[in-house]
Amino acid sequence: MPVIQFREALNQAMCEEMQRDPDVFLMGEEVAEYDGAYKVSQGMLAKFGPMRVVDAPISESGFAGLGIGAAMVGMRPIIEFMTFSFSLVAFDQVVNNAPKVRHMSGGQVKVPIVFRGISGPGQQLAATHSWTVDALYTHVPGLKVVIPSTPYDAKGLLKTAIRDDDAVIFLENESMYGNRGEVPEEEYTIPFGKADIKRAGKDCTVVAWGKTCLTALAAAEQLHKDHGIDVEVLDLRTLRPMDTEAIFASVRKTGYCITVEEGYPTCGIGAEIAAIVQENCLDSLDNAVVRIASLDVPMPYSKPLLQHVVPDAARVAEGIKKAIYFKG
Amino acid sequence: MVETNQKVEPSISQMLEWYRQMALIRQFETRCSQSYQQQKIGGFCHLYNGQEAVAVGSIAAVRPTDYVITAYRDHGHAIARGMDIRSLFAELYGKKTGCSHGKGGSMHFFDVSKNFFGGHAIVGAHVPLAVGLGWAAKYRKEDRVVLCYFGDGAMNQGSLHEAFNLAGLFKLPVIFMVENNGYGMGTHLHRHSAVTDLKLRSGDAFGIPGKDVDGMDCTAMYKMILSAADYCRQGNGAIFLDVKTYRYRGHSMSDPQKYRTKEEVGRYQEHDPIGRLEKQLRDAGALDDAKVQAINEEIHNQVEQAHAVADADPYPDAAEVWQDIYSNPYGPYQA
Ligand SMILES: Cc1ncc(C[n+]2csc(CCOP(=O)(O)OP(=O)(O)O)c2C)c(N)n1
Ligand SMILES: [Mg+2]
Repeated sequence: MPVIQFREALNQAMCEEMQRDPDVFLMGEEVAEYDGAYKVSQGMLAKFGPMRVVDAPISESGFAGLGIGAAMVGMRPIIEFMTFSFSLVAFDQVVNNAPKVRHMSGGQVKVPIVFRGISGPGQQLAATHSWTVDALYTHVPGLKVVIPSTPYDAKGLLKTAIRDDDAVIFLENESMYGNRGEVPEEEYTIPFGKADIKRAGKDCTVVAWGKTCLTALAAAEQLHKDHGIDVEVLDLRTLRPMDTEAIFASVRKTGYCITVEEGYPTCGIGAEIAAIVQENCLDSLDNAVVRIASLDVPMPYSKPLLQHVVPDAARVAEGIKKAIYFKG
Repeated sequence: MVETNQKVEPSISQMLEWYRQMALIRQFETRCSQSYQQQKIGGFCHLYNGQEAVAVGSIAAVRPTDYVITAYRDHGHAIARGMDIRSLFAELYGKKTGCSHGKGGSMHFFDVSKNFFGGHAIVGAHVPLAVGLGWAAKYRKEDRVVLCYFGDGAMNQGSLHEAFNLAGLFKLPVIFMVENNGYGMGTHLHRHSAVTDLKLRSGDAFGIPGKDVDGMDCTAMYKMILSAADYCRQGNGAIFLDVKTYRYRGHSMSDPQKYRTKEEVGRYQEHDPIGRLEKQLRDAGALDDAKVQAINEEIHNQVEQAHAVADADPYPDAAEVWQDIYSNPYGPYQA
């Protein structure tokens, strides 16, 4: 099976869907002539021309809205935010127009649009450029939120997102674009709402998504090596819809639940998981759900401060040990 | 609209000071690019080379009590405003002694004691803040103007146009300056703006007079801002200036610059703002080879020393992450 980069998997998904459906187009800042700020859309302008791979001015609210308008009459726009930190300039379009036009028109109008781009703290970009938007957008009924952790998942999920008839927030991570993984040549898609066990284990359940899957896997390997602890890492892959059954099944098996996110603990995804796990699996739990998240502060620029704020594998390993009462 | 006042011819000593400031900015940026390569600087770092005359000429024309606010390409403005370059290096290196205590980095230089209100990284988002500074000045009947800088790419943000309308409507003392360097990242003005005469997209549409100015000519900047500030101080409202300039370096430190040719950069460098001022000063007999060399050596030492001190400065303590969030800090929630 070919081994390709995460960014290439995304590129393939977009190209294949654009070949398949003439109503799909890509618009965003620097996506065309510059080949993408992070080279995700490399070569696409040459392949599809300037009507389908479109450089937008720095007008996020404008081009997010343009995409929604085009989707209202059946087009399937892919709107790239250079980072989701800039989607906040277009917040009203994304949280009001995209997810609510269907509802407010009594179901007459659908909005099949994908907003994609990077999210997460990045490399010392300071407070405004370091948003982890998972929880912000998962909060909104009418939006779907997708966050892959591997090139394979990225491709299959992005194809599903483009074909989906609703507004999809598709979250990527700059530090993962160069990650490599096997991606088959033949066509495949991955359904929304299906979590994936990235590491099977019997001692505890770590629920993660996107980049924190990789952090959790690293912590799991370390704990296995050092202490023989057998961690199960469950990759949610989509936050809305969320595969709650997969979470419950794993927690019922292991008795422990730990969540890992780069967003904030307050009203975060981990908080939501803690609530539903205690509502549904109370009898199976041997401890309270443990949330591991960034510290509840704006992201600082200074490198040692940032490292202190964002959870790494060592902090995840400590959290897991605490959650399962491991001493030693 | 704004008539350039004849009394404002700068003195030789003023021009020498501008020369010094521009050379300082240029050498500061050279050090930054070295420090970035050495990974002492993280995040995004946008250099000001080529645009020095904009910040230096404009800030020279206003008073210490006037407000200054700009975008992320803020090193030049901070230096022109007289911020201590050690605190700037320290900020870039994420140190405790940084002008924003290591919280902000390159894009967020602040010094309220100098009425320098940032350093803002979201394109266009500080333009409404400039209008707020102007509102406060007018409301309190203070004799202040606001210098607000942003890029040509920022002309495409909605909030900027809302801000223009507010400034026009309320007749606020704000000098809006688009540092029109021809590109928003890799996108040329012709590819990002439906109308490229930017005055037409701003000033006139909101009752704010607009003018073009040569941003590679420090004296022209100085004169234009003197008269614009006069206009604002007299209660006439805001001014818009399309400042024609050019950046020599990439958009940020990681820009392969495939969107332009070396020849294009070279053409602008022929009108280099520092070179131009230097020639004027030589023609006036105020500079010669020996003086130029002495000035640049002195600046070099100043830059290297500030860099070395900042480099040795301590990082903030980890507990600092809980500071500077609320007026009454409260501790973390602990499970
Ligand atoms: C709202 C928003 N969108 C996108 C960006 C990313 N970005 C940073 S600078 C820049 C180009 C801005 O160009 P311009 O306003 O001309 O300023 P210049 O860099 O030329 O000084 C872009 C797209 C951002 N910081 N904020
Ligand atoms: Mg520009």
